[in-house]
Amino acid sequence: MIEKIIGANGLVFAFFIVGVIMYLSYLFSKKILNNIIPGAAIAIIIALFLAFLGEEKGVANLPYMGGVAVLGGSMLRDFSVVATAMGVDVSKIKQAGFSGILSLFIGVSFSFFLGVVIALFMGYSDPISLTTIGAGACTYIVGPVTGSALGASSEIIALSVATGVIKVIVTSIFTPLIASRIGLNNPNSAMIFGGLIGTTSGVAAGLAATDEKLVPYGTLTATFYTGLGCLICPSLFYFLIDLFFS
Amino acid sequence: MNIYGVSLLAFCFLFGKITGTFIGSLIGLSGDIGGVGFSMFLLVFINSYLKKKNINISKSKNGILFWSTMYIPIVVAMSASQNVKAALLGGWLAITVGVIVTIIAFMLVPLISRIGKKDLNNKIK
Repeated sequence: MIEKIIGANGLVFAFFIVGVIMYLSYLFSKKILNNIIPGAAIAIIIALFLAFLGEEKGVANLPYMGGVAVLGGSMLRDFSVVATAMGVDVSKIKQAGFSGILSLFIGVSFSFFLGVVIALFMGYSDPISLTTIGAGACTYIVGPVTGSALGASSEIIALSVATGVIKVIVTSIFTPLIASRIGLNNPNSAMIFGGLIGTTSGVAAGLAATDEKLVPYGTLTATFYTGLGCLICPSLFYFLIDLFFS
Repeated sequence: MNIYGVSLLAFCFLFGKITGTFIGSLIGLSGDIGGVGFSMFLLVFINSYLKKKNINISKSKNGILFWSTMYIPIVVAMSASQNVKAALLGGWLAITVGVIVTIIAFMLVPLISRIGKKDLNNKIK
């Protein structure tokens, strides 16, 4: 009976399951890791491990879990990513100034192309996979958004998410350790830092561990990063990669 | 009403997807070329326009804000439904790219900060 009910209400069951994963991840982040690694990153890692239990559709291959693929499908994902643009305040980009805007463009471009070069060295050669991995080097949102827009395979999309999550973890852990060496002690360098790294959860966690006062400056530029990445990775950058590698 | 916001969001989303796919076919690439980016910029543009005109949409906004808070849970669901078994072989790639890109980004901070300082100094002059 329960199987029938859950089977007929898969999406609602997915809301429940994902909520539980999120709750446990944030609790783990707060109580055990002392917020060193953001709860969002832990939740994604747990999700990737759970996907390992299934086959080509991850947990969605397991009984009861079909709804997870509906919730995590590209339609709802892109819809919610677009909604995050509501938090972007255009008047604030002026505060970021020339160097803040420059850091955004440099941040997206160098992450993308460095990701592509490393992927090339590790044996990937088709333009769609290269572009998706490069986009994943931007953030764990830009990667899958780019990948599904271009029709990349599920394992390449999973890799791009994992790449973005590694970036969050490295940023969260190493920012406080390296902050004084890279002059990360004033609003201007915090804005540049946010523009170069771009992954909002990592930037916020890293700066919070460095100096709480710098967080709003870092996230100010970082909020523009995902939009910029979703705009130029699957368009201009894909066009360039396609030109050279197809 | 919340639905006004959700409807506006849907409009921006579809506009972006159509624009992206159209541009893709124009330059001979299949797929949606930058659609989500176009959608986001349209939403930012409309939002700031309404703000400038002092049109109060705070109630409709809630419909959009709800979806924006859902993006992490949706990304979690997405991650859980990928072909991770097949991706495991590429795990080293994810770690290498993630680590190297982040470390180089750290190193670029002082370089660009210097430009920022010049910028500030010029403004003071």
